[in-house]
Amino acid sequence: MKRNWSLYPYVIWMVLFTIVPILMVFYYSITAGEGGFNLTLSHYARVFEPLYLTVIWRSIRLALISTAVCFLMGYPVAMILANSPEKQQFSLIVLFVVPMWMNFLARTYAWMSLLETNGVVNMILGLFGIRPIAMLYTSGAVVLGMVYNYLPFMVFPIYTVLRKLDPSLVEAAEDLGANPARTFLRVIFPLSLPGVLSGITMVFMPSVTTFAISQLLGGGQFTLIGNLIEQQYLRTYDWGFGSALSIILMVIILISMGLISRSDAYGEGGGLL
Amino acid sequence: MCAVLAGSMLLSAAGCGGGRETLNVFNWGDYIDPQVIKDFEREYNIKVVYEEFDTNEDMYVKIDKGSGKYDIAVPSDYMIRRMANEGMLIPIDWSKITNYGNIEDRFKNLPYDERNQYSVPYMWGTVGILYNTAMVDEEVDSWDILWDAKYEKKIFMINSMRDSIGITLKRLGYSLNTKNEGEIMAARDALLEQKPLVLSYVGDEMKDKMIGEEAALAVFWSGDAAYCMSYNEDLDYVIPKEGSNIWVDAMVIPKTAQNIEAAHLFIDYMCRTEVGLANVEYIEYASPMWSVREQLPEELTEDIAFYPGEDDLEGSEVFEDLSDTLAIYDRVWTEVLAR
Repeated sequence: MKRNWSLYPYVIWMVLFTIVPILMVFYYSITAGEGGFNLTLSHYARVFEPLYLTVIWRSIRLALISTAVCFLMGYPVAMILANSPEKQQFSLIVLFVVPMWMNFLARTYAWMSLLETNGVVNMILGLFGIRPIAMLYTSGAVVLGMVYNYLPFMVFPIYTVLRKLDPSLVEAAEDLGANPARTFLRVIFPLSLPGVLSGITMVFMPSVTTFAISQLLGGGQFTLIGNLIEQQYLRTYDWGFGSALSIILMVIILISMGLISRSDAYGEGGGLL
Repeated sequence: MCAVLAGSMLLSAAGCGGGRETLNVFNWGDYIDPQVIKDFEREYNIKVVYEEFDTNEDMYVKIDKGSGKYDIAVPSDYMIRRMANEGMLIPIDWSKITNYGNIEDRFKNLPYDERNQYSVPYMWGTVGILYNTAMVDEEVDSWDILWDAKYEKKIFMINSMRDSIGITLKRLGYSLNTKNEGEIMAARDALLEQKPLVLSYVGDEMKDKMIGEEAALAVFWSGDAAYCMSYNEDLDYVIPKEGSNIWVDAMVIPKTAQNIEAAHLFIDYMCRTEVGLANVEYIEYASPMWSVREQLPEELTEDIAFYPGEDDLEGSEVFEDLSDTLAIYDRVWTEVLAR
């Protein structure tokens, strides 16, 4: 079989920037500090201390909540997009993508000034005589940041699948006497599952690993596993523990992806993955 | 592929100007008058590549791991000690620092650089409490107020390990350089007890938040406090009676420096009176230069919150390098944030 030469740069890229770094992270996670090569599992043992388990659980919980909210908001949006006339679709998609032209951090900073006690939202509420509500530096703010930033990753895979859906299937269901709810539950939704699953993966993964959103909108009050890793690498200089946390995080993601692909009974993969 | 990558890295390291010398400076965020850099570039025809860091620890990791080749860095006292101990600094050639006489004697030969080998002081100050007099009725003179439930969710703590643990140790009556594990654990418990009252653990963005009256009390570095006070008249700054931390940020030349000659030119330039004055007026920290101090308005230099005399700082300490005990501090701070 003839080799495809155009693949080589990609392979080299993967080895240099994915495989080698992962091996390095793994090496740091099983060796103890300075002074030669000392195998140890102490970094992993530390990950399983109750304090850090709390952090891991908090990350998973907030990521799950964000994913659920993204799904509940994103599915109807994807349907509206897919069912609107071709010309409108384009402008609606552009509207959806425009915020993503701005830097992710800038958008998150903007939420800070919207949510703070003397911020824009409270100012508007104040017009109706509502006293300022503490919104910034709450877990709600962190979830909001995740939903806001990652919603498009839920909408687009679902939209792609729905758009490719054969309308004759829906018509057949209707001809056979299914009401709209039944048509949706038995025909449209099952057929859109691949899109839903890749949407879930693409929202859950960045949510469970984020550290910028929880730092800016949670103000260090809602330390997630990403923050813990950042802190170990940049501030406390404990690369061993930071690496062990990273490996555990990768395992969590692998497991959740495995669960998701198992439930992908149609085996068609998602619209984007 | 590799060759192309390596080539482009070399190019960017050498700077893209046509052969003009470059000087890589690594300083704290918001910590210089930008005009000062422009004037230096024009006067010496050296291009300054200026990068910023948030904490001493960030800076240390970057220099130690060799990911940044800086000719000048501006660490604080205890970090200078640590870097010197670990052989990360190049001794300064004093014959090239002609303006060194402008620096006050009390900022020379400090414990972090006893024999004045490695560092030239840039700015100094204290850690204290910045508070909003419209939101706090009582007199603020003690760290205890940061543990007062009355101010629940109206307190900013600083996301800096040495400062946050340090002031807690001071509140408990211990040294902020303690190596006694029991004392450090007492500080940890106090910080955990305080956590529900804290609105957020923040960095530089705290300045805007205090000016915008998002909180009543905040742990602040003196110069940042002065900056905020010039934007909001209700703010005031105090050094608590239990004592605090006196810090000095100083210019050093890391071992990885590529342009040692230009580094000396830069340090000497920064010690000029007019340059020091421009920086003080811009960033509002206290200068260790007597020649600068003489030119500042008296109401500023006589304000003991910002130019405290030696008597006013009784009980306050300079951070020392913690060597092995550092790991315990790190762990305590990780625990406080993670909880």
